[in-house]
Amino acid sequence: MAKAHVTTTVNGDTVEFLCDAEQTLLDVLRDELYLTGSKEGCASGDCGACSVIVDGRLVCACLMLGVEAEGLAIETIEGMADGDQLHPLQTKFLEHAALQCGVCTPGFLVAAKSLLERNPDPTEIEVRYWLAGNLCRCTGYDKIVRAVLDTAEEMRGG
Amino acid sequence: MRYEAPESVEGAVALLGGGGPRGRVLAGGTDLLVQLRAGVVAPELVVDIKRIAETREIREADGMLVIGAAVSGAELGEHPVAKALWPGVVESAELIGSTQIQGRASLAGNLCNASPAADTVPALVAAAATCKIAGPDGVRRIPVEDVCTGPGQLSLGDGEFVVAFEFPKRPLRSADAYLRFIPRTEMDIAVVGAGVNLTFDDGGRCVAARVALGAVAPTVILVEEAGEALVGTTCDAAALQEMAAAASAACRPIDDKRGTVEYRTEVAGVLATRAAGIAAQRAKGSQ
Repeated sequence: MAKAHVTTTVNGDTVEFLCDAEQTLLDVLRDELYLTGSKEGCASGDCGACSVIVDGRLVCACLMLGVEAEGLAIETIEGMADGDQLHPLQTKFLEHAALQCGVCTPGFLVAAKSLLERNPDPTEIEVRYWLAGNLCRCTGYDKIVRAVLDTAEEMRGG
Repeated sequence: MRYEAPESVEGAVALLGGGGPRGRVLAGGTDLLVQLRAGVVAPELVVDIKRIAETREIREADGMLVIGAAVSGAELGEHPVAKALWPGVVESAELIGSTQIQGRASLAGNLCNASPAADTVPALVAAAATCKIAGPDGVRRIPVEDVCTGPGQLSLGDGEFVVAFEFPKRPLRSADAYLRFIPRTEMDIAVVGAGVNLTFDDGGRCVAARVALGAVAPTVILVEEAGEALVGTTCDAAALQEMAAAASAACRPIDDKRGTVEYRTEVAGVLATRAAGIAAQRAKGSQ
């Protein structure tokens, strides 16, 4: 079977790639576009390590085929910092030590960014529910939740 | 595996019923991609229906709501008209999975995955929603409860797929609710699910009631006796008790790690009672 030719936007740049129908968006990001920030944890939509934003919606890149991305806009962790300028969430994750091994971190950051874009003033419960699809086996979540809440406050100008 | 994303219903039907290998329909993909990865299914053809405009639309005309097959839970939850008309259906969709899953998972996918524990199906059945199904012989419409025939089994024929869900006109003093029981607060599969849809007259008497249960039988079940126990009553404690008994009596569950037969049977009555209470409250608020 010939590979499909897909044209999409990744982090604001027009990107073309060839892929097999079986390849997930995560496979394409990592293996074809060498954007390895999105991680494969479970490959079944349970862990959120591959979280990306597709046309404004937070999704698991492992639960979407690469060919489905035709014409869609994809945002990954690689587009989060502005050059050397970290996104406030990235800075706060460092300040709060909201990561240990780091495998879940890109997914948490992308998911938290998506939350704050919709809800700049979330409660702790809202943060915890929004991030329920992101699993971390190191931190116990508390530092992550605090980092997100602190970022939200800072971004609101608190 | 070949991937096709037709832009018309006719195009999808031609691909699915074209006499070639039997294809799998792809909507949100949150079940299908897991099954592909696990090797549970290995289709030669996947037909993505999300490029068909009708599958992505939520429309309301003359009080009747139509929800496209591939509308995501997140889209449904953000739709004020859908929430106002069918709060139980919307809350059932919003219970599924994480934020990430909500971004993709669809009503038709939840139905056609044919899990007995599907969250949206009891709510859709209680709502008396109809499936618009397209196929080689044209379009037909069947009640949602007639789509699944057993775990993983559908009544749909070759080349057929669900295009949209059509809801009846919502009368005055009428509302629905869905509750599911899981051992935690989020991200789990129903031990029992209960959808209830109630309509009252201006004297506060129930004139129509539908009660549907999930995860207590090989398919989601519409418990007509449970609805009948409420009709003609004010949904007082005695009527609710009779309804709960009818709901429990209809259960034919299995024992598994999520719950025993006895537990599921008991919880079905409790959950149906609570869902009826919420539906009644909403119906009174909608006067």
